[in-house]
Amino acid sequence: MKALVDGKKCTVCGVCSDVCPFGAITVGETSVEISDECTLCGMCVDTCEFGAISLPEVGAGPAADLADYNGVWVFAEWRDGTVHKVSYELLGAGRQLADKRGVELAAVLLGHGLGEALSSELIAYGADVVYLVDHPQLARFTNEAYADVLVDLIHKKRPEILLAGATSIGRSFIPRVAASVRTGLTADCTELDISEEGLLLQTRPAFGGNVMATIVCPNSRPQMATVRPKVMRPVRQPEHPGRSEVIEVSDGIFQNRVEVLEVIPEQDQTAKLTEADIIVSGGRGLGKAENFVLLEELAQLVKGAVGASRGAVEEGWIAPSHQVGQTGRTVAPTLYMAVGLSGAIQHVVGMQGSKIIVAVNKDREAPVFDVASCGVVADLFEFIPAFIRKIKQERE
Amino acid sequence: MHIVVCIKQVPDTKNVRIDPDTHTLVRQGVESIINPFDLFAVEAALQIKDASSATITVITMGPPQAEEALREVLSRGVDAALLLSDRAFAGADTWATSVTLSAAIRKLGNVDLILCGKQAVDGDTAQVGPEVATLLDIPYATFVKKMEPLDAQHLKVTRQTDEGTEVWKLSTPALITVIKEVGEPRLPSLRHKMRAKKAAIPVWGIAELGLDANDVGLCGSFTQVVRVFSPPRRTDRVIIEGSLEEQVEQLYRYLKEAKVPGI
Repeated sequence: MKALVDGKKCTVCGVCSDVCPFGAITVGETSVEISDECTLCGMCVDTCEFGAISLPEVGAGPAADLADYNGVWVFAEWRDGTVHKVSYELLGAGRQLADKRGVELAAVLLGHGLGEALSSELIAYGADVVYLVDHPQLARFTNEAYADVLVDLIHKKRPEILLAGATSIGRSFIPRVAASVRTGLTADCTELDISEEGLLLQTRPAFGGNVMATIVCPNSRPQMATVRPKVMRPVRQPEHPGRSEVIEVSDGIFQNRVEVLEVIPEQDQTAKLTEADIIVSGGRGLGKAENFVLLEELAQLVKGAVGASRGAVEEGWIAPSHQVGQTGRTVAPTLYMAVGLSGAIQHVVGMQGSKIIVAVNKDREAPVFDVASCGVVADLFEFIPAFIRKIKQERE
Repeated sequence: MHIVVCIKQVPDTKNVRIDPDTHTLVRQGVESIINPFDLFAVEAALQIKDASSATITVITMGPPQAEEALREVLSRGVDAALLLSDRAFAGADTWATSVTLSAAIRKLGNVDLILCGKQAVDGDTAQVGPEVATLLDIPYATFVKKMEPLDAQHLKVTRQTDEGTEVWKLSTPALITVIKEVGEPRLPSLRHKMRAKKAAIPVWGIAELGLDANDVGLCGSFTQVVRVFSPPRRTDRVIIEGSLEEQVEQLYRYLKEAKVPGI
């Protein structure tokens, strides 16, 4: 199967051939040929200003009962007895989607012995209803228990949209939910909207963050998406009315093929990269392990976390848990300070979602300046200590 | 013990970039590589084989040229390779990919452990591993950095979470997705290179897998790309030069005006 070209609309301009990442498009004298190299990625479709290229449709599927599904659901995560911030962010996004569709917004809370306060908070952030399942088997996260209970709820209540955080929990068990109910799932969405036809428009980075792709799930329900933390905006509305509903599940749901033996929280608090508002990251420019102390001092001062490039981790200057980038963590803090790192694409894809990127590098030509919102051309060993002094001075 | 490792051939994203003037993807010299995380999965399998007796089969779904990726992995010491290739597989989303991979694993039979990289660097979804496990109805653990067999039917794994680490016990057969901490991938050896060159790699399509063309590829997918576009560019870039004091002052004011919490 390959992309389809409408010969009547095609002007043989060749733009599609230039953008095809797979070299699958050959421009002839009078027509355009698409070879078997085509992977149906869709790059050419959007670039064609004549609307001459289209992709074949996805499977027709059993479209009959789509109308039976309604409502927007948010999977509510918690840690240590309190709601995880990403759930509030998802409720902010979910509220808008639910209002556009004219349906209810629900939060689904799975756990054991969770207080009433959690439900009230979820309602205060926009949920019309909180579905609560309380069971000892849900006290600790496992893929099977969480997924199988959520699948049971989906079968019972039939939501049209389900959103979850792209956390280590969401990314782990949500694919099992999608595969169990036989529907599509889009990972790491950065933007969500409703189309004119009422479909969920799911936009996410593709090709290592080089392009954005908008994805739909036309023929199966629920339409499922995960969203990275810190991408959506939470809206607290204390007066928002809502109710909570306890749902019983039968013990037979639990398969018990997995047992959690131990949960070990990270000792080093600064390593909580994905949650930090500020990340100070260092690369090979730091020269040696001892120099990371500089970044740690700055990070502590602004209550941030320390990140690192692969280069710095490979040198053994800092633990791998601090690595940001393709083979490390993906982060999107309010402020990302890239210090003494060149900005290799493998690093950039892990941090380009940050709201503000400050680069400190003495090499004016370093690629990191291309992605920075603010570039400081300076010797880090002079600049960082001076910047630390400045912050301390201003606070006095 | 029979281990299956699932790998994917991906475009080397460091060579993919957007032309700043035309806003289009520049594809000059985009080569295919083995997804880096999958090489960690291969390494994890080889470590188990080093410690006990195991047979490793590596599988991939892709175009005919994905055979190169399989030969490279054979040259690192895995025992057998299998290519899943059919025009009908094109355009598969994670669901349709998982349907294809799980059908192949079921046909191989007698698999004790399936290893995958935590995600592929072209799509970054991290969905195929868990979906394959679900379709095979076996337990799984994601983002695993260490694993050891407990007894004949159980596996102990240490997984990385956002908050720290967790130790899980799983019954086998199971599927594990791994991160780089499992160990640096070993290099191909001369002996295995010779073997890899000559190895016969079977190719299975929908006929061999007993699948219908409507169940795989784009036809069998639930999700569809409707639009691809360049990410919005930063147009507000500030470059701070000058004396150290000026630079410090300017950056401080810049962050203050942007209301960065903590500054």
